[in-house]
Amino acid sequence: MNSRFKTQYSKSKVVGLYLLLVMTILYCAGPLLWQFITSLKPDTEVIRMPPLLPQDATLDHYVSIFEGHPFLRIILNSAVVASLTTLLSLIIGSLAAFGLAKLDIKYKALILGFVLSVSMFPPIATVSPLYIIIRSLGLRDTWWALILTYTTFSLPLSIWILTNFFREVPDEIYRAAKVDGCSPFQTFYKIMLPLAAPGIVTTAILVFIFSWNEFLFALTFTSTPASRTIPVGIALFPGLHEIPWGDIAAASLVVTIPLIILVFAFQRRIIEGLTAGAVKG
Amino acid sequence: MADIRFEKVKKRFKDVMVIRELDLTINSGEFFVFVGPSGCGKSTILNMIAGLESATEGNIYFDSTMVNDLSPKERDVAMVFQSYALYPHMTVFENMAFPLRMQKTSREIIGKEVERVASILGLKELLHRRPKELSGGQRQRVALGRAIIRQPKVFLMDEPLSNLDARLRVEMRSELKRLHQELKITTIYVTHDQAEAMSLADRMAVLSKGEIQQCGAPTDIYLKPANIFVAGFIGSPPMSFFRCAVKKHQPLEIDINGFIILPSIEAIPEGDGVVAGIRPEDITVADQRLERDIEDTVSIEFIEPVGAFSWADVIWGGAKVRGILDFKGKGPEIGENAIIRVPKDKVILFDPDSGRRL
Repeated sequence: MNSRFKTQYSKSKVVGLYLLLVMTILYCAGPLLWQFITSLKPDTEVIRMPPLLPQDATLDHYVSIFEGHPFLRIILNSAVVASLTTLLSLIIGSLAAFGLAKLDIKYKALILGFVLSVSMFPPIATVSPLYIIIRSLGLRDTWWALILTYTTFSLPLSIWILTNFFREVPDEIYRAAKVDGCSPFQTFYKIMLPLAAPGIVTTAILVFIFSWNEFLFALTFTSTPASRTIPVGIALFPGLHEIPWGDIAAASLVVTIPLIILVFAFQRRIIEGLTAGAVKG
Repeated sequence: MADIRFEKVKKRFKDVMVIRELDLTINSGEFFVFVGPSGCGKSTILNMIAGLESATEGNIYFDSTMVNDLSPKERDVAMVFQSYALYPHMTVFENMAFPLRMQKTSREIIGKEVERVASILGLKELLHRRPKELSGGQRQRVALGRAIIRQPKVFLMDEPLSNLDARLRVEMRSELKRLHQELKITTIYVTHDQAEAMSLADRMAVLSKGEIQQCGAPTDIYLKPANIFVAGFIGSPPMSFFRCAVKKHQPLEIDINGFIILPSIEAIPEGDGVVAGIRPEDITVADQRLERDIEDTVSIEFIEPVGAFSWADVIWGGAKVRGILDFKGKGPEIGENAIIRVPKDKVILFDPDSGRRL
């Protein structure tokens, strides 16, 4: 923030602002904190209250999730599914978006509306027919079952975000590239893609998070650890006599870490992406 | 190097006729300017030459080749845009090298060519900067550099100077002229600024509503405007117009605000009225009579000094007229009386109905 815009606040106002900030953080991060506390409690303390904080903090749960469960395999499944989905969604999405934003195509608004309609059906309504398709394709319990489904359902998001980003690229730049000897496809990957980089990163992260966290399709289309993804894997942690809350909490936290790293690594780009077009550079 | 020929070219956007019918030849090596108010279709013409838009009807030729169906790449044109349209993610070097890269020129030649063009345009120190780190004038030079680097058949320039401040604009004007004289490549330039057109063009075409109103050398157009539109558009401040009565047809006698002139013109007006146009730079607002020409007493409404001289606005015959102030003594006050002097031979007559010059 530029120092010119700093405002002088009275002490009580500052205290009030911080109070509000702490409350907001507690509200947003509260469940996560609760998970964290739970994950550190030994089994005997997990379902007791008080104490709020673990009396006898332990890392047992973090160790146990990797022992006895194919947890690493499940993380790998999720990583592959989410990465490939992101890649496919970006490739198809950016090509479609480029066409819709810059090429001479009729009925653009209609196409965009139609694309959006894909995401209007609730997943629960589409899951049964999709299951039948997946089964008849012989893709049940494979990565591809999820990759194809996720790509389909993430495309509306990719296309809409990227179309707006490509539209932001001035027409004169697009024309300049044509005059300088680019074919439409060369214009796309030499000029448009680099200029829409913030949009690509934003879209990639959103699609990745969506695929990483998706539960319903993953539960339906997978049946063994060969292709089971994290949300399903955690939900199905076997417990003989009780629900293993401590393990679930630990696992949930572990799998959130990659997302947090991803978002922080690209934070600057995302912010550029979300505010792009506000100011012409 | 190529001459460019339009043959009955028409352009329609949906229901709007943007270019009515264009028949024109632009000679090889010429600096040709299209000038007109916004919306007159001048940028559309440029885009059709570039191949960015196609003609609805008619043909466009480069020399004897019809280029209607050729892509911009195949036409071998280079274009400079109003907003410069530099590639923001590339350095100055990469921007200028880009057209050569697209032609798969070898790395060494690219390096040499960029070096050469950069030194012509004074960009040598800036090759590693990105466009956002450059001033407007520098960006303009890079855009020019990107255009001249591959020695195209034709240069197209779409209001390339209108984003610059007044002083830079005048500087760049002479630079463009110098570049053209050096490179001798057919250059087609579009602008709404008549002064820019006058100073740059070998020949120019004045456009209005999708039609060429007049085409010729700048001085010819200035001295002999084809119609009222051209007369009013070319020249600044704009020409003043008066409605006049025709006193007698044979020989022609015309009454301008009570003064009779006997013009020697080619066509005889049919009706009993004409429109007379006089350029402000031909009118004098003085404090003494010379007893030549038309002279009348008027009162000064407004004075606008421009340095070397001052413009004076007066009301003459019910209309506001601008002329050059010529007071021998001290400058006059607003509201003071003065003599307006109009040389008879500088009056240009137009037909009131068709607008055509008589």
